[in-house]
Amino acid sequence: MIAEAGLAALWLAAALAALQFAIGALGLTRGREAMLLSVRPVAMVQAVLAALAFLCLIVVFVRVDLSVALVAANDHSAKPLMYRFAGAWGNHEGSMLMWVTILAAAGGAVALFERRLDERTLVATLAAQAFIGLGFYAFLLFASNPFSRLFPVPAEGQGLNPLLQDPGLAFHPPTLYIGYVGLSVAFSFAVGALVTRDVGAAFARAMRPWVLGAWIFLTLGITAGSYWAYYELGWGGWWFWDPVENASLMPWLAATALLHSVTVLATRDGLRAWTVMLAVVAFSMSMVGTFLVRSGILTSVHAFAVDPRRGSFILALLVLYIGGALALFALRVGTVREGSRFDPVSREGALVVNNLLLSAILGVVLIGTLYPLGAEAVTGEKLSVGPPYFNAAAGPLALILVAVMAAGPLMRWRRDELRNLVGRLALPVLLVALALLGLVLLAPPIGIFPLLGLILAAGVAAASVAPLWKRNLRRTPLFTYGMVISHLGIAVALAGMASETAFIKETLVAARVGETQTVGPWTLRFNGVKPVAGPNWTAIEATLTATRGGGRPYLLTTQARSFWTPPTETNEAAIQTVWDGQLYVVLGKGSDDGRWQLRLWWKPFVTLIWAGGGLVAFGGFLTLVGRVRRERRAARAEAWA
Amino acid sequence: MKAKHQRLVLALLAVVAIVGAALLAMSALKDQAAYFYTPADAHRDKVPVGQAVRLGGMVAGGSIKRAADGVTIDFTVTDGKDTVPVVFRGITPDLFKENSGVVAEGRFDATGRFVADNILAKHDERYMPPQVAGEMHKSESLDTGAKAKGGRT
Repeated sequence: MIAEAGLAALWLAAALAALQFAIGALGLTRGREAMLLSVRPVAMVQAVLAALAFLCLIVVFVRVDLSVALVAANDHSAKPLMYRFAGAWGNHEGSMLMWVTILAAAGGAVALFERRLDERTLVATLAAQAFIGLGFYAFLLFASNPFSRLFPVPAEGQGLNPLLQDPGLAFHPPTLYIGYVGLSVAFSFAVGALVTRDVGAAFARAMRPWVLGAWIFLTLGITAGSYWAYYELGWGGWWFWDPVENASLMPWLAATALLHSVTVLATRDGLRAWTVMLAVVAFSMSMVGTFLVRSGILTSVHAFAVDPRRGSFILALLVLYIGGALALFALRVGTVREGSRFDPVSREGALVVNNLLLSAILGVVLIGTLYPLGAEAVTGEKLSVGPPYFNAAAGPLALILVAVMAAGPLMRWRRDELRNLVGRLALPVLLVALALLGLVLLAPPIGIFPLLGLILAAGVAAASVAPLWKRNLRRTPLFTYGMVISHLGIAVALAGMASETAFIKETLVAARVGETQTVGPWTLRFNGVKPVAGPNWTAIEATLTATRGGGRPYLLTTQARSFWTPPTETNEAAIQTVWDGQLYVVLGKGSDDGRWQLRLWWKPFVTLIWAGGGLVAFGGFLTLVGRVRRERRAARAEAWA
Repeated sequence: MKAKHQRLVLALLAVVAIVGAALLAMSALKDQAAYFYTPADAHRDKVPVGQAVRLGGMVAGGSIKRAADGVTIDFTVTDGKDTVPVVFRGITPDLFKENSGVVAEGRFDATGRFVADNILAKHDERYMPPQVAGEMHKSESLDTGAKAKGGRT
């Protein structure tokens, strides 16, 4: 019953999306006031219905209703409650339903909260949002129905991929998807503004909070995904340049560029066409990412199933939406008036450089990600593009970008003098020199990239708080604090990446129980192994005691787990966090002579990577609150006047 | 500078940046893309020593030997026509075993031995990556869900 209710809700939501698009389009072309007014409520109801369908899916998963094919294929009654719940989106159909639900919810939120956008532009925006929704509803209903029944009903489900049976599943996919799909609002805003020829500062001020919101979630989702992969896979890495990771990075790069250009448009009414273009590109990257991840053309834990029909379906949607938006852009860009001018040496100039570099990095990542697919399609040759390419091609650009980031916030809008800028940058530059000197004199020789990363991190950290220098801290607006904290977060993350790369220590041994090993400054004693069991797995658990110098000992336990539904083995790494880094221990195989393979890592300051990511998102949150508060106040002042 | 000129300059800059990025990407790709070889392909094409490639095939029966240090293994990859000796230092994936599919990432050394720094192995039947399945020319389904890292990445 619940499955049928969910399917019915999904069909109704799809019907409402069609209605939303139709009355929006008709209202705009025929100028019918009643039609324009009814678009908002329709969008809200559509969101409620989509959420209802998603809720139904969660219920059938939690209750392990094995007559639903999707539940039988991915659920298991022995699974803990949390994974029965989160397992609802740990599969292709469920995750696509979550995607569509967030799309509808984003449209509903715009209908509910957006008050400042011109009413006609808003209707066009909601119609565009509904039009995107239609394609993905069709994809769900015709090619990925999550509610289809199974007969005969099996006695037990097949279980969830054990790699996904982790608290990360409850947090990472929803966060990432809110960010990913939240960018659809920026896309629809851009389409709406192009349709009603309303691109300008007011439009940018209305769009900015939505972009910021999606970007915060995207940042959190990527940070969480990176940490999840780090501790769950047991490979010790935090970024693999895996196509699926790139699929989340590309929208983030575009959204970051958009966030900065929308500020130019909102504050100075410049970069009009470019901002609209970026809004289209950002969500296009989300859709490309969805295609890469969900079509099954990639090899990944994220690629749940292989079905060529689905791949072609999403590809067709991609061509329709991206092609359609670009065509509209080409047709209407001539009517977008030119924005105000600015000097090359100015805040705007720095933001243009930021945008160009982010776009270049985006291009590099996009080419590297798509190249293997293209090469195989054209020549049939199979190849893979990995970290060596991405580090070599994107690394230098990213370092230049970070350097520009240090200077940008210290520049004035419209026009600035290079001489004054040099004065403002004196302290950060001094810090860079000191850091360079210290590293060269004190640290063991390290590679050029980590070295540059470390000294840049020091300089950027200093430069990012410089905008607060000599200001009345209590009267500084919240969004300035937000920018400062986000930029500081980038410096912190960069320091973590560079430190981990430069100073990592690794030991790989086959050890007997009772022996001690060293890795970096640490001594680890191998205490022994024993079998343990969980709700749906058994494991061999090794314990080690780690000490550094005469400090307190830490007890580490690491497991090699065997799941039986489906039969899979995973490594649970032992991770000990101390103030200056992490010890990371993985248990390998035992041999007949009583030795066990152990891989030990000491990763100095690796935690800064995710702390930095968190800071970036937190800064975004402060900015969002600050912006919304200031605009509320301005609106109230207007009402009084 | 007139507004129109500024717009033109910005557009030109954007084009330069994008073309620059594309050129940078293409030149890096030429050096860094890792091609896939079966043992027979590798011998026929004479893969240069030290170039990063992927080697795929079956782990030959009875070929896995563990060295005295307990963490280095030797094995032979075969595609039925030809064989390549492989050495790997690290923890192998759980489903890495003889007469089973494998993809090794690494490079050939001067003696013709393949030094792997990554091993991808057959996993369970449910998650089938087309790449591996295609590469192995086998009807059974394969997966890379299990992966072991060797050396620093």
